Amino acid sequence: MTAYVIRRLGTSIVVVLGVSIFIYLLLHIVYPSPAIDVLGPHASPQAIASWNKQHGFDDPWIVQYLRYMNNLLHGNLGYSYKANQSVAALFAETWARSAYLSGISLLFAVVTALPLGIFQAVKRNTIGDTVVTSLAFVTYAMPVFLLGLILIQVFALSIPIFNYQASQFTSVFGVMGDWYSMTLPIGTLTLISVAGFSRYMRSSAIDALAQDYIKAARAKGLPERLVLGRHLVRNASLPMVTLIGLSIPLLLVGNLIVETLFNYRGLGLLFYNSLQNVDYNVLLAYTLFGAVLTVVGNLIADVALTVADPRIRLA
Amino acid sequence: MSNIAPLSPLDITRAPEGGDVGPVQSGWRLALREFAANKLAVIGLAILAFFVLFCFAGPLVYHGNILNTDLASTNLPPGAGHPLGTTDVGFDELGLLMNGGQAALEVGFFAAVIGIVIGALWGAIAGLAGGILDSVLMRVVDVFLSIPFLFIVLIVAVKYGASVLGLSLIIGAFTWLVPARLVRGEVLTLRVRDFVSAARTAGSTRWRLIGRHLIPNALGVMIVNVTFNVADAILAVAALGFLGFGLHYPTQDWGDMLSNGTQYIQDGYWWLVYPVGACIVLVVMACNLVGDALRDSLDVRLRRR
Repeated sequence: MTAYVIRRLGTSIVVVLGVSIFIYLLLHIVYPSPAIDVLGPHASPQAIASWNKQHGFDDPWIVQYLRYMNNLLHGNLGYSYKANQSVAALFAETWARSAYLSGISLLFAVVTALPLGIFQAVKRNTIGDTVVTSLAFVTYAMPVFLLGLILIQVFALSIPIFNYQASQFTSVFGVMGDWYSMTLPIGTLTLISVAGFSRYMRSSAIDALAQDYIKAARAKGLPERLVLGRHLVRNASLPMVTLIGLSIPLLLVGNLIVETLFNYRGLGLLFYNSLQNVDYNVLLAYTLFGAVLTVVGNLIADVALTVADPRIRLA
Repeated sequence: MSNIAPLSPLDITRAPEGGDVGPVQSGWRLALREFAANKLAVIGLAILAFFVLFCFAGPLVYHGNILNTDLASTNLPPGAGHPLGTTDVGFDELGLLMNGGQAALEVGFFAAVIGIVIGALWGAIAGLAGGILDSVLMRVVDVFLSIPFLFIVLIVAVKYGASVLGLSLIIGAFTWLVPARLVRGEVLTLRVRDFVSAARTAGSTRWRLIGRHLIPNALGVMIVNVTFNVADAILAVAALGFLGFGLHYPTQDWGDMLSNGTQYIQDGYWWLVYPVGACIVLVVMACNLVGDALRDSLDVRLRRR
């Protein structure tokens, strides 16, 4: 068990290193130097060259990469020449709001998809199951922003019970209390995740229902409520552990689009604004951050599954 | 089998227990029959065929104004002359839908083909080589899978501008990963099979082994994956367009049209939002339906007998 975790951790570190090299190199090719952005479009080539020399942008890329990684390990994410702030400060301002939006949506998605999948498995091939499956299928095929738009149209414009814009509170506690504004963004992200989760949940519950321990539980006369609650839920929710870990890339992209659509000042909107004014250091840091989060999510999913399921404890 | 008459024990024309005896059918034909029996799959295929016709043959029949600003007819609701209304600069919405669909389908198709070709070769080489090369190749796949690919697509699209070819290349460059894993898995099970050993004993080169024996046998897995990749690529292009970094005039894309319509959602100009939204959902859903059905019909274990 420990050996497995250590081996898995080792692979993850190698992957993170590979990811950082790839992303750094790609951004280096796309945006070799921020000199033009700092000095303005009319800067002379000499001025640009001397600025590059002064800030180390004329070194070989591998030197620049190593310097960047060294700074990164010391908590320095670089400087945003557009916002005139350090990237770390920009992230510190926004991360809590994004974490809240993603976290609570993921939580809602899990507590919706779990019972939904079990309901579908128990009542499989009935009208209820077909309706849920079809709805999930349509939602799964829907771009996030279209779902958000439909929710805005229905619940903010036609029946004005919610705000069409996300909460503009600066403090994350203010945002948490502002359900009038936060219901639609959270709802959008939740629904998209539920659509992805529920089909896995359904098939995993169907698999679990066919197992011998369910038959045994029924045969010894356990009430159906307990069969489902005690034996089915725990076994059928195993794949959920993996799914949550693997859903991080989806959440990051969902965050980007939902925050842009609802004008919610989190990391996603920061990334979007940085794209528009080519804020190289923010783009680099956030892409790296997203990749590391993905790797960590995979790692946690794998390890958690090994802990939860004795059958796959390998080493 | 219900009306088989009792026969003498020596009659060898009698059908054996368990079913009719017919000509042996190839696996592909069986799969095709299975696919055609799946109603949802046929519907999905019909939707896809409709959209290909609509987007590529439609503009030959229907000439909507999608090039010239026409301030006299902006934001017209659907009516005579403009079956789906007009946009804020007087473009014809139906014409735009056809034009935008071309881009979506082209990018979806090319990206999926690029992805599958790279992925199949990568996976086949890794699976066949084994050892250190296999580990290195698969770690590269892990690295690419960890990168939030829409972020990279956005960063590159902002700098170089999006074009159908560029988008196909870059989306394709990030969608070969899952096929690579699948094909490697197939190859690992195939390479110990007798026909591969036979080919190897007969002196086949490595490339011939990959091209003639391994890839064709992994084709089922690959075809299924292509359909899902087409759906993903279309969604990615739509997201890009929605964020404002998609294709540029005179090429349109569906995401861009949606984002444009969003500005007028409070004015009630529904024709700028819902037709194009329905197009995206229908095409993506059709791809997923076809993919699901193909997976069911090509997977021998799931096949009804």
